[in-house]
Amino acid sequence: MQIRSPDKNWLHEKLAGLGVQLSQLEINELERKWLLVSIAMIGLFVGAIVVTAVSHGIHPPGHVETIDSASLHLSQEFAEDKLGVQPTPLADGSIQVRLVAGRYGFYPREIEVPAGRRIVFRMASMDVLHGAHIPMTNMSAMIVPGYVSEVVSVFPKPGEYPMLCNEYCGLGHDHMWSKVTVVAQENWRKPATGGSQQ
Amino acid sequence: MNDATSTRLTLFNFWVAFGAFGLACFFGMYQVLERSGLFAFLQSPAVYFASVSTHGVLMAFVLTTFFIMGFGYYTAAHSLGQPVWNPRLAWTGYGVCVGGVVLAAIPLLLGKASVLYTFYPPIQANVFFYIGATLLVVGSWFWCAIMLVMLARWKKDHPGETVPLPMFATVANALLWLWTSLGVALESVFQLLPWALGLTDTIDVGLARTLFAWTLHPIVYFWLIPAYIALYCYVPQAAGGKLFSDVLARTAFVLILVLGLPIGFHHLYMDPEQAVGWKFLHMVGTFAVAIPTLLTGFTVIASLELAGRRQGGAGLFGWIGALPWKNPMVLAAILSLLMLVLGGFGGIVNASYAMNAMVHNTAWVPGHFHLIFAGTVVTMYLAIAYQLWPRLVGRKLYSEDLPLVQLWGWFIGMVVMTTPWHILGLLGQPRRISAVQYNSVLTLSWDPYESLMVIGGFILLVSACQFVYILYKTQTAGETLEAEPAAADDAVRPPPAWLNGFTLWNRVILVLMVLSYGYPILQFFVLKTYNPSAWGY
Ligand SMILES: [Cu+2]
Repeated sequence: MQIRSPDKNWLHEKLAGLGVQLSQLEINELERKWLLVSIAMIGLFVGAIVVTAVSHGIHPPGHVETIDSASLHLSQEFAEDKLGVQPTPLADGSIQVRLVAGRYGFYPREIEVPAGRRIVFRMASMDVLHGAHIPMTNMSAMIVPGYVSEVVSVFPKPGEYPMLCNEYCGLGHDHMWSKVTVVAQENWRKPATGGSQQ
Repeated sequence: MNDATSTRLTLFNFWVAFGAFGLACFFGMYQVLERSGLFAFLQSPAVYFASVSTHGVLMAFVLTTFFIMGFGYYTAAHSLGQPVWNPRLAWTGYGVCVGGVVLAAIPLLLGKASVLYTFYPPIQANVFFYIGATLLVVGSWFWCAIMLVMLARWKKDHPGETVPLPMFATVANALLWLWTSLGVALESVFQLLPWALGLTDTIDVGLARTLFAWTLHPIVYFWLIPAYIALYCYVPQAAGGKLFSDVLARTAFVLILVLGLPIGFHHLYMDPEQAVGWKFLHMVGTFAVAIPTLLTGFTVIASLELAGRRQGGAGLFGWIGALPWKNPMVLAAILSLLMLVLGGFGGIVNASYAMNAMVHNTAWVPGHFHLIFAGTVVTMYLAIAYQLWPRLVGRKLYSEDLPLVQLWGWFIGMVVMTTPWHILGLLGQPRRISAVQYNSVLTLSWDPYESLMVIGGFILLVSACQFVYILYKTQTAGETLEAEPAAADDAVRPPPAWLNGFTLWNRVILVLMVLSYGYPILQFFVLKTYNPSAWGY
């Protein structure tokens, strides 16, 4: 088979033909206006999202990092004594929290974090799909076996927050939740070890 | 063309569709009762999740697929004036679908397939559930092939003529479905079936979720297109007017087909296995597909206004009162559009790249899609049934008033049920729970909305029973129908060739699909991934 070399005029003619056809389309004046309004409206929404995404760095979690769910307990990061709120903040001052999700709980079951500070959650599943959500906040992520889910949030107000599993994970799913206590910056004590906090 | 074969095919498909619908409403009623926690003796996660799975499969897969096939056979035979091509193939496809439904129903009802209707690996259902679901999809491809062949044959016999709008839209839907179902078919054939049969031990959940997302959003347009066909092709005439613009209608169907396919990632916004860049790309596409819906809203409302003014309605809003509200098709269209507006607003929140985090997997989501699917789509299915049933069974509709009561009931029930769900979603209630077990003060704020949802569910169940009753009575006790009134076809100016066929659009879709799913699927073969093994429910 011989491949024809692209003809410059070909694209030109095609485009011109399309233009003629478009101009012959019978579109009522009102329809044309509505079409423009629709496109402008959608453009506005997308524009607003682009601005927040680019200038404020507001993105959904999407941190493609794989991990072997079957051997989490042997891993560097998700071994039992490394879970919970980490004693050393990250380089940018964020607090890191490591959680394992498994039927039917988040481990450790209770954590305490400071208000008004950037919290980076790193979570992995040891069995099936789970979802972590702290209601009325943007702390939400799916926890898919085989991947590390990373999500960043800031809790402005101290208080007791439940962290609910919001993805069906089996018949005990209703019971899967943990307690997150947010305390004022000045009252927060960083944990001594990487493991559980009392 | 009123040949016996197409009538029988349509009727047989509709019986399964509406039988599934009636049954599913009982499951739905049980779910709102169980979930409300008002009746202690009903509490059972095992029964609840089996019921949710069955309700979802019956509504989203059985009602829709059979309804769309039945409606397609009717539309093809009538608008093309041709008998159904190869009836034996059509009946074989029907048999495969019914067989699939029965195979899937057994493990579902036994609680051996409580994986909800989105499958959820690595939770593993009984293998017959996956085989049954696959057969339902494969059987529906027979229908797609028949629709494509019928169009091709008609075009050969009528060179240069304009494809009738209902058939144009039906073929757009058949193509949409072939493209759409490919994702879940790949998941099923290469992942779920070998794994459920024990041929492989583990499953790549990231890949499975990506393939399912491929199907998960365009499938909604597969369900929606028949509703749009009725809005464009039945409603203007029922209201006593005519379609405002044929070209715009075709444009809307083509845009839904082309833009609806490559946008499934907004279902994966909160997932870790896809990077933000791809999510962003799909977000832009998701917003773009709102344009054909906005066009549809405009065209249908403009057609209704035209009809209302013809009947003497004056002033800015006078035409609304002048519309024939007692015509089920017109009433259904108005109620549908209202729910489309409400549901569309929720959809914009869901589609918003970062705002989604607040409502992801909360009760907001079923609130939203019940408005769009059970509200907009199913309401139009009901109206189509009222329109076609007399022609299919040769008897007058059993009652003139009961269909109106039924449609109003469905609308009111849907609003009463979904409003509390939206609020509960904002208050953080997860969607897929059978009971509230959290020992937290937060849950106190959920209580008042739970009872409202039960009332909505009850109104919906009564309405669904009325619907099935009307069809049953029409078929068994309706007066014999005189000759079918001929629909007056308004002559339309022939649209340009690219709005009269699909070759160009299939090429465009291929390019868009490769761009939006190429690397996101390829990455699972490039990255070092770890597959988890199977878990029961
Ligand atoms: Cu869970």
